[in-house]
Order: sequence, then C-alpha cells, then structure tokens
Amino acid sequence: MTPKRKKRLIMVLLLVFAGVAAVSLMAYALNQNISLFFSPSQIVNGEAPVNKRIRAGGMVVEGSVKRSPNSLKIEFAITDFSQRVDVIYVGILPDLFREGQGVVAQGSLNQQGVFTAIEVLAKHDEKYMPPEVIDALEKAGVDAQGKPLVEKTTAGEGQ
Amino acid sequence: MANKSILPLWFYKLASPKYCYQYTTKLLPWFAGAAIALLCVGIAWALLFAPQDYQQGNSFRIIYMHVPSAILAQSIYLTMAICGAIGIIWKMKIADMVAYACAPIGASMAFLALITGAIWGKPTWGSWWVWDARLTSMLILLFLYFGIMALYSAMDNKTLAAKATAILSLVGLVNIPVIKYSVDWWNTLHQSATFSLTKKPAMPIEMWLPLLVMVIGFYCWFATALMLRLRNEILIREKRAQWVKKLVTQV
Repeated sequence: MTPKRKKRLIMVLLLVFAGVAAVSLMAYALNQNISLFFSPSQIVNGEAPVNKRIRAGGMVVEGSVKRSPNSLKIEFAITDFSQRVDVIYVGILPDLFREGQGVVAQGSLNQQGVFTAIEVLAKHDEKYMPPEVIDALEKAGVDAQGKPLVEKTTAGEGQ
Repeated sequence: MANKSILPLWFYKLASPKYCYQYTTKLLPWFAGAAIALLCVGIAWALLFAPQDYQQGNSFRIIYMHVPSAILAQSIYLTMAICGAIGIIWKMKIADMVAYACAPIGASMAFLALITGAIWGKPTWGSWWVWDARLTSMLILLFLYFGIMALYSAMDNKTLAAKATAILSLVGLVNIPVIKYSVDWWNTLHQSATFSLTKKPAMPIEMWLPLLVMVIGFYCWFATALMLRLRNEILIREKRAQWVKKLVTQV
C-alpha cells in the first residue's frame, strides 16, 4: 500500500470511528428515551413519572384478565416476572392479546400505581410455530423450547 | 515494493471498466436465472405450502417479504459504504460506480421493509407505526439512502459527487449496528431477530427453509439489478473509449 493510500485508509477509519463515537454517546445520553416502554419493575420502583403519558410493557399475567360484562372495559395485570402492575383499558384489543402474551400499553399511571391505558398493542416474539406443532407440544406438556409447562396447562384448564 | 499488493490480482483487474463489463456479461445470466428460480420457488413455498403460525395465522406469511427486504436494505448499505471507502482509498472508478448503483436498490428495499412491516404491524400489534428503536432506525436508513441519492445528483462533477456520497455513507454506517442490535439494547415493540446464520432458528424448519430460499433469492436479485445498473453506468462513463464504441456499433 502506498503511503498516500494508507493515509486515506486512516482517514476513512477515523471518519467511521468518529461517527460511532458520536452516536454511541448520544445513545448513552438518551438511553431512557429510546426505550419504548417502562417495565413493571421500573414502574413499581418509581422510575416512571406519575400522571404523564407513558408506555408500559410486559406479559399479561395468566388468569388476571377481567372483562366487564356490559362495556368494553377490561382489567388485567402485566408482569416482567418480578413485579406486576394493574392496567385498566376501555376499547378494542388487538387480535394477539391473550394471557401470557406480551403487550405494550400507552396511558398514564396514577398515584395508586394503577395504569390507565388508552391504547394497547400486542407484542409477539420471533418463535413462530405451526398450530399442529403447538398442539402436539401441549399434549406432550412442554413449551416451544422443550421445557415442561406445568403452570400453563393448569391455567389452560381453568378457561 | 514488497508491500505493494496486499490485495489479490482480480481486485485490480476488476478496476478496469472493460474487464468488469466483460466479467459481468458472463455472471449476469447465472444470477438472473438463480434469482427468478429461487424467488418463484420461494414465493410459492411461502404462500402455499409453509404452515400458518399458531397465533398470527396467515398474516405471518408477510415475513417472507419483510425479513429478506430488511436484510437486503442493510447488506446493500454495507456494500455501498465499503465501495465508497475503496473509492476514496484506491481512487477506483468502478467502486464509485458500484456505490452509485447500490443506492436506489437499497432505498427500494428499505421502503419495502417499512411498508411490509406496517402492513404486518396493523393486524398483529394493532398499529401501523410505533416510534420504537428498530422502526425509527430503519426509517433513518431510508432517509440516508435518499440523502445519498440527492447529494450525488446535486453535483455535476462525478468524481466529486462520488467522494461526497462516500463520506456521507461512511458516516451513516454507524446506523447499521444500531438497526441490528436495537431490539437487544432497548425495549422495543419489534421482536428479536428472526433470521440468523449462526444461531439455531427459533422457528421450525418447514417455516425457516422457505425464508432461507427467499433471502438467497433476494440476494441474487440484488446482484442482478446491481450488475445491470453498473453495466449501464460503465457504458455511459466510458462512452469515448474504443471498446464501447465498437460494442455499440456492433448492435
């Protein structure tokens, strides 16, 4: 490599490095704001602002969904498997909403730590599965990763 | 003199527009044929024979367009930035031309990924668009492509335009790892990566194989589109060269 080319190579590398450094500093500074939602642990620990429009995300707790018989009001709890937050929502839920499913709710938190949602979005994971396979797995009593699913089958019987 | 060539001979050979043109003449039909075959097989397999998802039903099938286009949008950007760097360091005209040819193809792929993602997001998440880190960084990628195309066309001097766009694409390169790892670094609505060559796929093989066929098909299509645009650009820029005159008068 000629000295001239080497110099240009170093310039290119410096340019890329400067870009990376700038963006990583920015991302570090904005870390809280880049995350789309607060987890139940963050909410319970008081990291989320009260009475402000925020998003909360977590898994819908099995058996926590209570539908009102004569309105669209629905109550459920979300968890990250260490803390749980109660959510109240009036409206139509996405098709993928179900117990044990991840959701992201937009709304506000009150003083009592109850989250009133104005929008609920369903989150899904990357573990796609044909229906027959899931049926077969459930019969065998294991989940998609081959781990035994004791709690899930008992919750399923209750429905 | 000992440190003169650290790169193989074909690298320097490809730098000659004439050699590059002849070389791609030989490659083009193979890639075009492979792209048509793989995309036909992949689409039929994905839409007709791959099983449904147990939660999402048939709307899951949009993955077979969404994931390949998103992968391509990032790979093309990487190609463009590397060619930009080669153009700056080695002053290689062909590299400039490849970078120039990449931009609109990459922009179309980023656009396709965003559109298919929105169409998929409405029935599954319940929203067309969410400002989460993955979606936003992908939108930035699309705007980077637009910026690069606009910057190139704003300059009359092609060498200068290539240099400016190369610098812009190198600065924008930082966005690629952000897109890739956004789902791991931050809380997002978007799920984690579906497709990885290093990890065991999270979905069963009868869903994963058509996706693999589609991804390879998209890459072959990209190679075909890139070569077509590159050859066009070579003929335009080398129009005064003897071999181009001969080639054109033959037809």
